[in-house]
Amino acid sequence: MRKKIRGTFVMIGECIRMSMDNILGNKVRSFLTLLGIMIGVTAVIALISTVSGVSGSLESSFNSMGAGRLSVSVTGSDLKTGMTPEDLAEVTALDSVDGVVPSVSLNGRVSYEKTVESNVSVSGRNAYYFLSNPDMILQGRALNFIDDDNATYVCVISQKMVDTFFFGINPLGKTIYVSGIPFSVVGRYEEDDGGGVASMFSGGSPDILIPYTTAMKINNSREITSFTVYLKEGTDSEAAAAEIEERMDILFDFEDDCFTVTAMTSIEETMETMLSMMSTLLAGIASIALIVGGIGIMNMMLTTVTERTMEIGLKKALGAIPWQIQTQFLIESFLLSMIGGLLGVITGLGLSYALCNVLKTNFVLNTGAILLGVGFSAAVGIIFGWAPARKASKLNPIDALRAA
Amino acid sequence: MTEEVFFEMKEIDKDYIMGGEPMHVLKKINLSIQEGEYLSVLGPSGSGKSTLMNIIGCLDTPTAGQYVLRGREVEEMDEVELAHLRSREIGFIFQNSQLLNRLTARKNVELPLIYAGVLPKERRKRAEAMLERVGLADRMDHLPTQLSGGQQQRVAIARALVGNPSILLADEPTGALDQKTGAQIMELFSELNREYRTVIMITHDMNIAAHARRIIRIIDGEIMEGGSVSDA
Repeated sequence: MRKKIRGTFVMIGECIRMSMDNILGNKVRSFLTLLGIMIGVTAVIALISTVSGVSGSLESSFNSMGAGRLSVSVTGSDLKTGMTPEDLAEVTALDSVDGVVPSVSLNGRVSYEKTVESNVSVSGRNAYYFLSNPDMILQGRALNFIDDDNATYVCVISQKMVDTFFFGINPLGKTIYVSGIPFSVVGRYEEDDGGGVASMFSGGSPDILIPYTTAMKINNSREITSFTVYLKEGTDSEAAAAEIEERMDILFDFEDDCFTVTAMTSIEETMETMLSMMSTLLAGIASIALIVGGIGIMNMMLTTVTERTMEIGLKKALGAIPWQIQTQFLIESFLLSMIGGLLGVITGLGLSYALCNVLKTNFVLNTGAILLGVGFSAAVGIIFGWAPARKASKLNPIDALRAA
Repeated sequence: MTEEVFFEMKEIDKDYIMGGEPMHVLKKINLSIQEGEYLSVLGPSGSGKSTLMNIIGCLDTPTAGQYVLRGREVEEMDEVELAHLRSREIGFIFQNSQLLNRLTARKNVELPLIYAGVLPKERRKRAEAMLERVGLADRMDHLPTQLSGGQQQRVAIARALVGNPSILLADEPTGALDQKTGAQIMELFSELNREYRTVIMITHDMNIAAHARRIIRIIDGEIMEGGSVSDA
């Protein structure tokens, strides 16, 4: 019995060797055959690992922007078009709220000496914003309550702006003009956009931050239409949203559709669902390529069986049992498909690495995707190799020999 | 010489359907062979002699009749048992040697041993010994296309012998060879037979058949006469 098992292993080893000979003996034909599988696996792997890279960076950026925060945008009613600083103070006073950061946007031309930059995004924020992001100031000081209360003309500028206006110069104490109004630069900060994908959804981070009171003065408005609520630690964001909505309903006299309160986590969940649905759909389409590749292998194997009719007959005459013939052809299609699959894994990973670089997301080596690709190609090799192998094993040795 | 029966055929019939027409290829064949015999089956093409060889070699099964090989009823064996029987008992030599062109002479000779489950080292040793035996010690790593017709047929003989079969079945072994090479192959057959190996050779050539110690003639699927060379 042991001898028999050992003989089987020897036979399978011999099958692998013979199959490799056959595959390498017809290099061009073998390559064209496994190209289908290779393309299919490449597509599946590239899709899965790109999507998982994107959703991974999405998650981390939403986490950095957003856990424990709600963003509120106000459209207002005819009577009341936005939130006054007093209204904001009411929201800040709520139990679940730790603080509120108004966001007042300006878009304008910014200049320093002879350098002019148009379409710079300038945003008015408050001192609380800087207190809750203590690490963002790289140089100089943050904006504080005195700036808010007195609507001072000071600003902190992003690293990008420093590179634009003050390359090789210390920006602190310099004066820049925002829409013609002079501002004194008091600090430099690092943009925290949490990666390219997140900034796509958060509308990009501003280049210059000024006190919100100053921004409102320049805009000539008394009201704030967009702000972020920072919740106290451990607060449920849905309950907090309900509390805020209740208070704001009072402020807006129970008019409908005056404002929306959005939890970042719910945006993230929606995005994740969309992404996973999309990736499932695309992977489904890509797997059609795998089936087409499988048919290619089947076609090639059927041709091979016909071409080697004499060989099959001879082997049978020399004592090969049908099972051994079938195994040999099955191993050949399996190997062919596996080589295609492994090449596909390599090109798929390369492609998704390139895509992740283009999308500026982290490339994550997705073992699940690799296993899926390899497993799928193994399955394709066996499933589509089965019929030709069976055909070979059923050949009548006399007919097979006579065909030669 | 012991008179042990190697195989016995009783009333063997074989029918084929070719192009819709039923063909009665073998008709009531009765044949019995002793161990160590050297038999020629002589007949013109289409006489059914190749079919007879296929049945003797267990590649084909008779439509009717009884075939007992070494005391076992061939009819009752399944495909796997028949394959084992071919691998252990029978060495085939075909008309146009039927070597695999992708494999070297040695690998071709090793082929039956793979299916017999012999380990690679042992396989190589036995294949080399057998190639030496047929005078091809210096041609072991040549591909069939690099060998002459006679050398190819010698490789085929080595392949038939490597599994140490009890019977050698040759179908027109010299059909594709010139007279001189053919004579050398015949000499090799006689030598093998002197080693007490049963040899059955199928041919249409009287001169070739004459090398055997017993000749039967087959015409239209019937054995016409039997006897020794002296009778023929």
